[in-house]
Amino acid sequence: MNLFSEAMAWLFAPERYTGGDALQTRIAEHLFYTFVAVLIAAVVAIPLGYFIGHTGRGREIAIGVSGAARAIPSFGLILLLVLLIGVTQKPLAAIIAFVLLGIPSILAGAYSGLEAIDRRVIDAARAVGMTEWQILWKVEVPLGLPLLIGGLRSATLQIVATVTLAAYIGLGGVGGYIIAGLALRRFDQMLGAALVIVALALVLDGLFALAERLVVPRGVAAGRTSDVRKRSPRARAVAESSAK
Amino acid sequence: MNWLGNNLDLILQLSIEHVRLSILPIVLGFVVSIPIGWVAYRFKLTRGLLLTLAGLLFTIPSLALLVILPPLLGISALSDANLTIALTIYAVAIMARSVADALGSVDPAVRQSATAIGYGSWRRFWAVEFPLAGPVILAGLRVAAVSTISLVTVGILIGTESLGYLFTNGYQRRIIVEILAGVVMVVVIALVVDYLLVLLGRLLMPWTRKQKLVRPQLERLTLATGAGGME
Repeated sequence: MNLFSEAMAWLFAPERYTGGDALQTRIAEHLFYTFVAVLIAAVVAIPLGYFIGHTGRGREIAIGVSGAARAIPSFGLILLLVLLIGVTQKPLAAIIAFVLLGIPSILAGAYSGLEAIDRRVIDAARAVGMTEWQILWKVEVPLGLPLLIGGLRSATLQIVATVTLAAYIGLGGVGGYIIAGLALRRFDQMLGAALVIVALALVLDGLFALAERLVVPRGVAAGRTSDVRKRSPRARAVAESSAK
Repeated sequence: MNWLGNNLDLILQLSIEHVRLSILPIVLGFVVSIPIGWVAYRFKLTRGLLLTLAGLLFTIPSLALLVILPPLLGISALSDANLTIALTIYAVAIMARSVADALGSVDPAVRQSATAIGYGSWRRFWAVEFPLAGPVILAGLRVAAVSTISLVTVGILIGTESLGYLFTNGYQRRIIVEILAGVVMVVVIALVVDYLLVLLGRLLMPWTRKQKLVRPQLERLTLATGAGGME
């Protein structure tokens, strides 16, 4: 009796794809909650992050907030918000929780992306007469894009994971199968759903990883070496002595 | 508010249980990530492979991991071991990268000097490279510790009692204060452990106390590994 083959059997059973509890509906719900939450979190966090990164103001607060946010248990946060906002407003309460959980990563990605830029580049932009807005849009935003996408990536994965937990309050999503399976001791269903969730997370992660590479400005990509690590001292010594 | 007064014993008892469940994954994660981080740092070929694998493990949502591990390892889904192993995996996923980065941040000249005065590679690692990598490793350990403490609560869904009990119980009984007490206690434990780790770091690495150079490094690392996180 292999649980994995049972999970596969559950996953590929024809009835899995029909009716109100169809897998594709659950996946769509899961993605819907994730995207709405990431979008709202991005709308809030990106301008704020850019403000912090461009002006350097409020940096300590941002670091403190993103550090402290990690300590907050997201499962508890969802349940707390549902009770605070009202059990009739579950989706709203859950989305607020997802947004709150997504904001710190995106904020960190936005401002660290700007902060990581060589100061001389910004000074050069200012020296050739760019206005502050031009510096932000034409220099800082493009150069900071990879780190911003990295922040969006972390936020998305965090939210995908939290949507799974939100199935506990009956929000739907793929996690619903696991919560229902726990009560019924249906391990094939739980495992099948868990594999779908992992696949979902990995696909989203892969898409963001791809995006992170694609948004590197051409001029920056050209000057980049493949190995960012320092070469070992011995190899360097050998290379130097043979060059003489 | 009555609930709080009547249940201080329960909160205390669950907090102790919570700490107990958190310690093992943090310690195990730290111990396991050192050799893995070293291999990732030392060999170019394994670096990409190991760090990518760590990254992928970190993307797995916790509830899914708790369901997948038992049939994979042949343990009961409703056991403490399941939660401990899952949390150790996350801790290793965070710390292996910071150990690799930390060892990479050691000045090559120092490494060369140690070799020149006769240190073998084993002794050089423990006496020179590891202590010098300490601050960056500590930053990773702090991230791992805080996220482990927060993740322990998910265990309640598979029947492992921790402060997460206050979440499900409070939700079922519609007691806001109960859930709030759970959230606050988790954050308090996380902050206390984080502070203790900083203190331990100062004690074990007195040379970092006045060095300002370490700070930006810590922050960068915290951002890179910690901004995301699974729950």
